[in-house]
Amino acid sequence: MGSVMSGLQIEKLSMRFDLPNGSSVQALKDVSIDLKAGELLSVLGPSGCGKTTLLNIVAGFLAPTDGRIVLNGHTVKGPAAERGMVFQQGALFEWMSVRENVGFGPSMKGMPKAEKKKIVDHLLDVVGLQDFKEKAVYELSGGMQQRVALARCLANEPDVILMDEPLGALDALTREKMQGLVLKLWKETGKTIILITHSVEEALLLGERLIVMAPRPGRIHTEYRLPFAEMGVGQDLREVKKHPTFGQTREEILGMIWDMEEEIMGRTEDA
Amino acid sequence: MELLADLWGELVAVLQTLLVAAPFIIGYILLILLMMVIWGAIRKLLTPKRDYGSLKTVTFGDESAVTSNTAASVVSIVLIFVLWGAFTGSKLLPGFLHAPGPFVGEGSFTYTITTPDGQTDDATVSVVVHPLTEETAAPEVAPGDGIAKNDSIAIPSYRSELLRVDMNDEMGRDEDTFITAVDGQPIAPGDAVDVAFGRVAMSDKGTLNIVPATGMQMEPIWLPAPEAVWSRLGEIATVGYRNSTLAEHLGYSLFRVIVGFLLGALVGIPLGYAMGLSNWFRGWFDPIVEFMRPVPPLALIPLVIIWAGIGEVGKIILLFLAALWIMAIAARSGVSGVRISKVHAAYSLGASKWQIMRHVIIPNSLPEIFTGARVAMGVCWGTVVAAELVAAEKGAGMMIMVASKFQSTDIVLMGIILIGIIGFSIDMLMRQAEKWLVPWKGKG
Repeated sequence: MGSVMSGLQIEKLSMRFDLPNGSSVQALKDVSIDLKAGELLSVLGPSGCGKTTLLNIVAGFLAPTDGRIVLNGHTVKGPAAERGMVFQQGALFEWMSVRENVGFGPSMKGMPKAEKKKIVDHLLDVVGLQDFKEKAVYELSGGMQQRVALARCLANEPDVILMDEPLGALDALTREKMQGLVLKLWKETGKTIILITHSVEEALLLGERLIVMAPRPGRIHTEYRLPFAEMGVGQDLREVKKHPTFGQTREEILGMIWDMEEEIMGRTEDA
Repeated sequence: MELLADLWGELVAVLQTLLVAAPFIIGYILLILLMMVIWGAIRKLLTPKRDYGSLKTVTFGDESAVTSNTAASVVSIVLIFVLWGAFTGSKLLPGFLHAPGPFVGEGSFTYTITTPDGQTDDATVSVVVHPLTEETAAPEVAPGDGIAKNDSIAIPSYRSELLRVDMNDEMGRDEDTFITAVDGQPIAPGDAVDVAFGRVAMSDKGTLNIVPATGMQMEPIWLPAPEAVWSRLGEIATVGYRNSTLAEHLGYSLFRVIVGFLLGALVGIPLGYAMGLSNWFRGWFDPIVEFMRPVPPLALIPLVIIWAGIGEVGKIILLFLAALWIMAIAARSGVSGVRISKVHAAYSLGASKWQIMRHVIIPNSLPEIFTGARVAMGVCWGTVVAAELVAAEKGAGMMIMVASKFQSTDIVLMGIILIGIIGFSIDMLMRQAEKWLVPWKGKG
């Protein structure tokens, strides 16, 4: 595997939305990220910093006004199975059972039934939903639904998994459990993951790399390399949180985002 | 301005009618409240235990605490039949529940005439009131003594008769001899006197108008008794009405509804999908659909009759049009209602456009389409009956329309009840089908 050809490169990405009233919004400006295969990047930032736009461009739902996304040596032009996506909630197909949801990607490819069943059964084991495979997804709890979403994404064997606040709507306890699951899946599958989150703690726990974005225009503010994700694999996440640098980094980032929010408030008040 | 004055007059007339009905409505409401209190007491006696609902202290305003009370529904329906039976003298009800019926039988009253020279004389009028269906002759009576002679008359119940009682008297109005009293009570033209069997009024010219009491029961021509409607149902189910059996009448109506609805859905759903998926189609059809939707299908009947006649084609075109716009709008909003994250998820799972249509957009729109189908079936059923009222050779609407022309109120009532039952059954079936076919409705 040549190092130039593998991984995900986000190259000088800019995104400008023209508004109907003639003005325009610079959602992203010159964002460049070089992600090696198997890295887990978490992206943090105040609302309006363009992190969801960034993810939508990587997923191929939006075309950037400038720059490009390169995955394994070729430029991204639209959505494709190589880049799986996990949404916050409500992206499961409620007219399908858990099993059919997980098997959606393979079905679309026309994979033979026996092969598909093997993949689905394996993944349901991994996410601990083997007993629920014939249930309708709306019969599951929020946490279980997100497990289905993860399994559905993995069933397609994507190179990159994009997560748009996948745990945002869960209660605190379920969220912690799911964070452990995400780490476990990341380690076991070796996928490249980009995770967008509002929670500083989650970004620290899960991100091998962490990018804090700043708004107006959306850009990279600070980048961290963190040891916590490695620590968290196979270990109680609460122990990781007790680590002195964890608290220190959390305070630092919170302060950073706090300042950005203050600045936005000040600016809108001036206007 | 004249129009406004006319409308004001109409409004006053309507309000006056309502005012007449007000005591009955108030009585009905009091009856409901009375039943509620009685039922509450019975329930307390039967189940003194406290369930979860009874422990709630806030129930007024708590929407979840309000459920349909089955007992109230049962009592309400039973009461309708009891009232119906009571005011029609139904044989299904014990007699003490009947409202006072019309006077039937023999009665009499006396009248007094006064001659110009102040002489008075009495005579008796024998009255026989017979049921409408039984012809009865006036009884023979002896003329009696004096100037005034006795009279007799037979009157069908619910009717009144004018009787020139002085015709056979020795001196009549031509001799300036006038009736001055009835049953001893003085009477003058325009007056009325209560007698044992009803009322006797005097016309302006001095003729007596004999009005037997009608009681509070309805004449069958206004409202037949329940058993009359029931026996009519049996008769029409076996013998038929207007050359067709009941099954044929109802079958034709249902056939029109189902074919019209299916054609409407067949065209409307793809149309709605096209409008939900393409700007061009949305722009093209929006004005047409949005204009046609508020036009009641009934308003199209004259045009459809002009274009397609009163045969099956015309009816089905009408029902097709009734269903078309509803189904198109339902399908359109079903497509528009798909969450973008579902579509995005499907794309990033490698689905093609066709696969997204087949596996995401269509199933996602099915609940909306089912809701539309329920509405459309209801509208179609209403429209077919109305269209048959206007012109048809067979059908439920035609049956009741023709029956009303012959004053066969029992058939009219039977038809209305059957139309209601069928409409209700259609809705129930659609709901059941919805439960089976789109169990994920409202769960997204």
